[in-house]
Amino acid sequence: MAEVHNVIIIGGGPAGLTAAIYAARANVGPVIIEGYAAGGQLMITTEVENYPGFPEGIQGPELMQMFRGQAERFGAQLITADVTRVDLSSRPFGVWADSDELRAHSLIIATGASARWLGLESETRLRGFGVSSCATCDGFFFRDRELVVVGGGDTAMEEALFLARIASKVTVVHRRDEFRASRIMADRVLNHPKITARWNATVEQVVGDGVVQGVELRDTITGAVEVIPAAAVFVAIGHDPNTELFIDQLDLDPSGYIITDGTRTSVDGVFACGDVQDAVYRQAITAAGSGCMAAIDAERWLEAAPHEASASGHHA
Amino acid sequence: MADVVEITADNFQAVVLESERPVLVDFWAEWCGPCRIIAPVVEQIASERADSLVVGKLDVDKHGPIAARYGVQGIPFLGLFEHGQLTRQAVGAMPKAQLEQQLGLAS
Repeated sequence: MAEVHNVIIIGGGPAGLTAAIYAARANVGPVIIEGYAAGGQLMITTEVENYPGFPEGIQGPELMQMFRGQAERFGAQLITADVTRVDLSSRPFGVWADSDELRAHSLIIATGASARWLGLESETRLRGFGVSSCATCDGFFFRDRELVVVGGGDTAMEEALFLARIASKVTVVHRRDEFRASRIMADRVLNHPKITARWNATVEQVVGDGVVQGVELRDTITGAVEVIPAAAVFVAIGHDPNTELFIDQLDLDPSGYIITDGTRTSVDGVFACGDVQDAVYRQAITAAGSGCMAAIDAERWLEAAPHEASASGHHA
Repeated sequence: MADVVEITADNFQAVVLESERPVLVDFWAEWCGPCRIIAPVVEQIASERADSLVVGKLDVDKHGPIAARYGVQGIPFLGLFEHGQLTRQAVGAMPKAQLEQQLGLAS
């Protein structure tokens, strides 16, 4: 059998890296598997203005580089690989990173969340050709064009406001008759001369052959269908937790989030932190906070649990 | 580690279009977060396939016309060029295995 670690942390965003810092300083010898999206959602943000300790703001990727450096300084072992499978039914637990099998007495799951798509065939077909989930990446290609943003939360507002600097016109399509975004963001959008809200509408399909030409909308009240012209559609309808690996192995809520009590999951010795178990707050600071909690919980569990692990090293 | 070649308007013809070997071009930009996520994956592919594949990156901010010629409207855009033609492409950050599959790179 492979070497058995005390704790494996899956996920390299704010939650996983904070758990690694705490576990490493407690001499638990954590292994952290960061995956291809190491750094998490902050890697695709620009300026972070609300992370305490940075009064002038900080770039998301730079902040994650600092988290990572801090984890490494205390001896956390970082593995850049994608976890393809876990086995929570055997002990020690099994984790497969690319093709390598790893074993650990306890696990901390910090796999985060990913942007949600509409789930339309036309959306998949035209992704990269006018269908996008990243205004800061792809807005550049649509200067002085008419654009559509789908969604009603803070992310949708940020995307619309960013695009309004580039586009000739931005239409925000939302299925309800008011935004669920924070008041300050919604007001900025509603007062912007280039942005129009299209209420009570859902996207039926993205129209275009090769590139996006428009969006087919259905009015949720009248049922009427119309096509509005657009050179690109930016989808910002929320996030889904990255829990595919844990289906049928951990208790998940109907939206797919890991159900936790504190950071404990339904399997003894498996802990979860960050956005993968948080549908409510979803902030870098709350993810980091729950990562700290998970590391402390795992450390106490390792001390108390009747297995071969000690808090000081690895066992073969 | 094999180098990822900086591709520009000046060397695009020679490095990409006239290459004997297939060329993987990473269309990226400084302000693109997912481009930073995929960059290490691209470097890894470059080092693993140094014998069979040329790997380069092209800054769309500096060389917009080349990106426009190939209809690039979303980045990161990973385009595989064979004998001067764009034959396969993948858009967005994704795990290495999925990227290789979309580009038809047998392992």
